[in-house]
Amino acid sequence: MFGLNKSSLFSDTKKLEREIDGFVDILSEVGLVFKSIVPTYLNHSANGKFDEMVEKVKEMESKADKITKEVEHTLYEETLIPDARSDVLRLLEHMDELIGMYQGNCYHFSIQKPNFPKEFHQDLIELTETVVNCVEALCITVRSFFRDIKTVRDNAHKVTFYEKESDIKFSSLARRIFDSELPLDQKMHLRYFVEKIDRICDQAEDIADEVQIYAIKRSV
Amino acid sequence: MDISIIIFLLGGLFLGWSLGANDAANVFGTAVGTRMVRFKTAAIICSIFVILGAIISGAGTTETLGKLGAINALPGAFAACIAAGISVYLMTKAGLPVSTTQAIVGAIVGWNLYTGSATNIKVLITILGTWVLCPVIAGLIAMGFFKFTKNFILKRKLHILRLDAYTRTALLLAGAFGAYSLGANNIANVMGVFVPISPFTDISISSFFVFSSKEQLFLLGGLAIAVGVFTYSKKVMFTVGNDLLKMSPVAAFIVVISHSIVLFLFASQGISNFLQSINLPSIPLVPVSSSQAVVGAVIGIGLLKGGKEVQWSVAGRITIGWFTLPIIAALISMILLFILSNIFNLTVSF
Repeated sequence: MFGLNKSSLFSDTKKLEREIDGFVDILSEVGLVFKSIVPTYLNHSANGKFDEMVEKVKEMESKADKITKEVEHTLYEETLIPDARSDVLRLLEHMDELIGMYQGNCYHFSIQKPNFPKEFHQDLIELTETVVNCVEALCITVRSFFRDIKTVRDNAHKVTFYEKESDIKFSSLARRIFDSELPLDQKMHLRYFVEKIDRICDQAEDIADEVQIYAIKRSV
Repeated sequence: MDISIIIFLLGGLFLGWSLGANDAANVFGTAVGTRMVRFKTAAIICSIFVILGAIISGAGTTETLGKLGAINALPGAFAACIAAGISVYLMTKAGLPVSTTQAIVGAIVGWNLYTGSATNIKVLITILGTWVLCPVIAGLIAMGFFKFTKNFILKRKLHILRLDAYTRTALLLAGAFGAYSLGANNIANVMGVFVPISPFTDISISSFFVFSSKEQLFLLGGLAIAVGVFTYSKKVMFTVGNDLLKMSPVAAFIVVISHSIVLFLFASQGISNFLQSINLPSIPLVPVSSSQAVVGAVIGIGLLKGGKEVQWSVAGRITIGWFTLPIIAALISMILLFILSNIFNLTVSF
């Protein structure tokens, strides 16, 4: 009636809600796969399981891309959330970049095959775990932005906490690499990987800051 | 029907058009301005409900306006309507949100002064009193609604998209209610002066249904308002929705519902009778200004947020406009009456 189909409005809304939830689920799942990929690579870098996992990350990344496009299309087509539309789309795009960073790391491991000596394995695994925890905290922050705006600040604080922890772990590992007896080219190569993993946390923190601003804008 | 009657009625229709263009924008302005509701949707709903409100519940405020000064000649009513329309146009040009209510009251007083008819001071004081009460009540209702809605949203933890869908529906319902209340409360401004001298006769459609001359006038006025909504309110809606204050869609809904409740309160014969029946002071059925109600509601929300966002200088300017408008309307009314009676030799009162 009057150009506004009520049932279509509510069904579109539910579909979009599911899609956005699904998108955040993908980010969280990619993190969990990445958490297993690093130890898998370090222990059996040549076996098929690692390649299988990289393929899985690739599939999830394209699924996330598809969702971003669909959400963007529906939000503009149905002129939904006019006040927060651009914020939501920017948020999804930046989260998509985060998934891209995970994927990029996987590809780099797969192509460049960095040779991490055993003494650095535990530190690298711990750094990866902290990074994944940081993104996991971001997922909770984003979910709270959509549903429970009051808790955004508390959840965003956890992202900042993990980001700081990740910085400490990165510095310590980088220092140990450069203090070792390895040749300089290998040191540089390993540093590149450690830094690339740590960057995921920086991006997560930037997104968390963004979400906090969006939440202030969204307050009634 | 005499051609002159049609010409004189055009005065009322012009005022109806300006009411549709200006006051109706208050009802859907925030909804359209925040792009939550399409203009076409808003215009259709607004027109239908304004007409319904005018025909079903428009009688109460018309009676009060009639008591203020019963203009008893068509040229006189024409002058009053044109004076009100021109003064609203002038104030709108000056960027002040005014309403036809203040203008028509000023114009009627102008007619009283020019023709030497007595102004019912008691009714005038009641009307002026409600103009103070109207923004205050709207502000208080908005504050209450704002607090309740905010807590409700936070407690229910609604998804941003679900909240958006609910807000859209609520804006449409509140807008329809607002349009109905506007029609009921403000039709008196447009057609009230023509009621005592209505050129129409009652039409009996069956033995059960009689379409009275007053209702025919109100339908005509309602249609004029609808034309105003479709032809000119879009621009004003975007001004109200975007320029007056940056509002969230939920705040927009609160403004619309508070405004609608106030207009309904001052037009509802039922509520007035009910209050009287339980020995409470009844609400005077007075045409109030929709602009005053909207500004009152916006300031109410602003105060609840700490008052920092309220532009007090703008609020002061608007208030001065509210005082100036009836005076300007009275003066223009007197000038027009002078022209009609002395240059065109028309009888402006009996």
